[in-house]
Amino acid sequence: MTERKLLPVALAVAAAYWFVALAAIGGMMWADLSADERGIVGPILGRRLELMVAMAFIGFAGVALALRAIHAHWIVATGKVAESAGLVVNSDSDRSLEPLGNRELRAIVRVINALLDQRKALREDVNVQIREAKRSVEEERNRLAALMSELTQSVVVCNLDGRILLYNNRARLQFKALSEAQGVGGGAGELIGLGRSIYSVFERNLVNHALEGIQHRLRKNVAQPVANFVTTTRAGQLLRVQMSPVLTLQQGEGGEERSVTGFILMLDNITRNFESESRRDQMLHTLTEGNRAALANVRAAAEMLDYPELQEALRVRFRKVIRDEVEAMSERLDRTATEFADSLKTRWPLEEMLGADLVAAAQRRVEGRLSLPTKIEDVDESLWVKVDSFSLLQAVTYLVSRLSDEFEVREVRFRLTGAGRLVHLDVIWSGQAMSTETVMNWELEPMQFAGEVSPLTVRDVIERHDGEMWLEREKVRHRAFFRILLPMAIPQQQVEAEAFMRGESRPEYYDFDLFNWSEQAHALDDRPLAALTFTVFDTETTGLQPSAGDEIIQVGATRILNGKLLRHESFEQLVNPGRPLDPGSAQIHGITESMLEGQPTIDTVLPAFHAFAAETVLVAHNAAFDMRFLQLKEERTGLHFGQPVLDTLLLSAVVHPNQDSHRLEAIAERLGITIIGRHTALGDAIVTAEVFLKLIPLLAEKGIHTLAQARVASEQTYYARVKY
Amino acid sequence: MANKILIADDEQNIVISLEFLMKREGFEVTVAGDGEEAITRIREIRPDLVLLDVMMPRKSGFEVCQEVKADAELQATKILMLTAKGRDTEVAKGLAMGADGYMTKPFSTKELVAKVRSLLGMGA
Repeated sequence: MTERKLLPVALAVAAAYWFVALAAIGGMMWADLSADERGIVGPILGRRLELMVAMAFIGFAGVALALRAIHAHWIVATGKVAESAGLVVNSDSDRSLEPLGNRELRAIVRVINALLDQRKALREDVNVQIREAKRSVEEERNRLAALMSELTQSVVVCNLDGRILLYNNRARLQFKALSEAQGVGGGAGELIGLGRSIYSVFERNLVNHALEGIQHRLRKNVAQPVANFVTTTRAGQLLRVQMSPVLTLQQGEGGEERSVTGFILMLDNITRNFESESRRDQMLHTLTEGNRAALANVRAAAEMLDYPELQEALRVRFRKVIRDEVEAMSERLDRTATEFADSLKTRWPLEEMLGADLVAAAQRRVEGRLSLPTKIEDVDESLWVKVDSFSLLQAVTYLVSRLSDEFEVREVRFRLTGAGRLVHLDVIWSGQAMSTETVMNWELEPMQFAGEVSPLTVRDVIERHDGEMWLEREKVRHRAFFRILLPMAIPQQQVEAEAFMRGESRPEYYDFDLFNWSEQAHALDDRPLAALTFTVFDTETTGLQPSAGDEIIQVGATRILNGKLLRHESFEQLVNPGRPLDPGSAQIHGITESMLEGQPTIDTVLPAFHAFAAETVLVAHNAAFDMRFLQLKEERTGLHFGQPVLDTLLLSAVVHPNQDSHRLEAIAERLGITIIGRHTALGDAIVTAEVFLKLIPLLAEKGIHTLAQARVASEQTYYARVKY
Repeated sequence: MANKILIADDEQNIVISLEFLMKREGFEVTVAGDGEEAITRIREIRPDLVLLDVMMPRKSGFEVCQEVKADAELQATKILMLTAKGRDTEVAKGLAMGADGYMTKPFSTKELVAKVRSLLGMGA
């Protein structure tokens, strides 16, 4: 019962008690009187009955007033205090409570007010700390962003699946130069972009190999666990790459453990440097080594002239030799100076590596790829080599694979010894040795083994190292070995790892919550729409009849990643249709004949767009129409758009089945999207993307969460039956 | 009997100097212009020493050397390799193939003679 209802009840009880008590007292007094007395008192009282009733009521009024005062003082005040205290508890207000009621209650109010003051102070303190933390995070972020954008080196950060999480502008420019479809669709968009795979630029094996090297170095607590490699891209550029791990501290069994959660690539396009360097080398080589033979001829002939017994005829011949050779040398000098670029022999940049690590890597590779046991025989732990470890290990594995396939070798041993400024890497086996011709064939065939194919031959790899290789037999022990001569490197100072490791190993950009982005193991079908990567695209065409010769004249596309529209990663390209435009069509798409002059044809644009859309789900408005145009080109370009396709027209019909219009404008208006720049392919693609993003939660309300559910629902709508 | 020397080199301009030099030392000299001819001549005339150029048509000096050293009957043939390449990997390969000596062009003819004489076990 609330304190408000308490008062009337208390009054009613008091009234009942009052009147019953008065009546009872009166009754008892009346009963106590004798008959005579009743005769005297009766008339006296009888005439004053109204007065007595009035006195009873006046008396009760006093009781009621007293009751009300007590109620207000004790009960209502407690209630008020409880209520306002409750308000403060459930709100952010720190307003003090008003002291009310009796003394004890006022004391309680004072205690509550003191607690409120404490709470207020604490809250302010927490807020200050949060603001401080936010500010420093923001500062760190800005600092990193500034640093990244200022770097003259390109930086790309990837997670372990090879997905790009972060990149700087320099990297974007560099990738633009690497893009095979240079300049088409804005360039680089198909290579670099958040969530895109780095493996479209670098061979997966190469990256894995470098990661393996890093893991190995981490286990050995090397101060700087980085890996370097040099690679050519599909566009023929030479890139030097330094890879560093992104390390995260994790709670493991033995306390905190560092684990690699991603990697940072720093890229240098060394095509130019490399070319000029190797030109210089080549020139030097021609002028020194190239003259050895001629000099030998001249020197020998000149020295012969000193012999007194020399006959005149011979003397003339030796003079002629000298003259001819010197002439030839002069000619060579001229030729070299002017045409040294003609026969460029590429020399590969090499990385320094501990020889023992190279052998260990070779063992891992042979055992892993070929399932062939390996042993170590005499490895000089102090030796460093200069190698391109990726290609060299490929070569070793390839040689062992041929030994195993063709000569049934069941075990190989590795030996690493120093010889002057050279290092011998020996691959030893027991049993017969093959002929020199066989070895020659192995050397000259492109390497192919255990599912790996390389355009290089063993000879190429050996030449890359400026080394040599041969087969040697140990007849006594009935064994043979391949000896590979490699250049030796000056031993590196092993920096004490401790200092580096114990310090702040937490990278500055730790705050970026990027590394949770991991490839789902499931097929795309079961993936929620909100977690997929989409390419939203639109085409402008000469007309509506693809099968009657209408052609694409513009392709525009943008990307959605993790529910975010990536406007800056867009694709926009005009296409020369190779046929005249219909008069009046410019009114629809705003594209004129003159705009299409000199633009690439669909044969160039489609491969670029295909690459841009690789590994994503396609989205278009009225997708059947656009897809039809793409399909008609499949045979000619050999490009198949096999990825899943979603249609915003159909999805809109799923969400709002009772609406008449599912034109893009109508849907955009319904969903409250402002349209700007419509009727360019990119403009429409962006509107479609915004529509699509708004449709995702609406679909979820209908129980449609995954790609497969969206496809099934689309198919069931009426519009799915429309065929172009 | 005079020691027999085979000069295997495709460069005429060095061959005439080497021929004169070796004849002057009193050796019996034969000349081969390529690798295959060198092998044939070696089997035919069994020279005591071969001045073997590495870069030759048809068969390289390395191959000739390996073939000679693999043949038990030709074990006694000394091989002095001549190369126009200054890389020590080549020297290492030549010696691994069984060459008895190695000279890098351009060389001093006096040193060449000394080397030939020492390989043949003659005093300088």
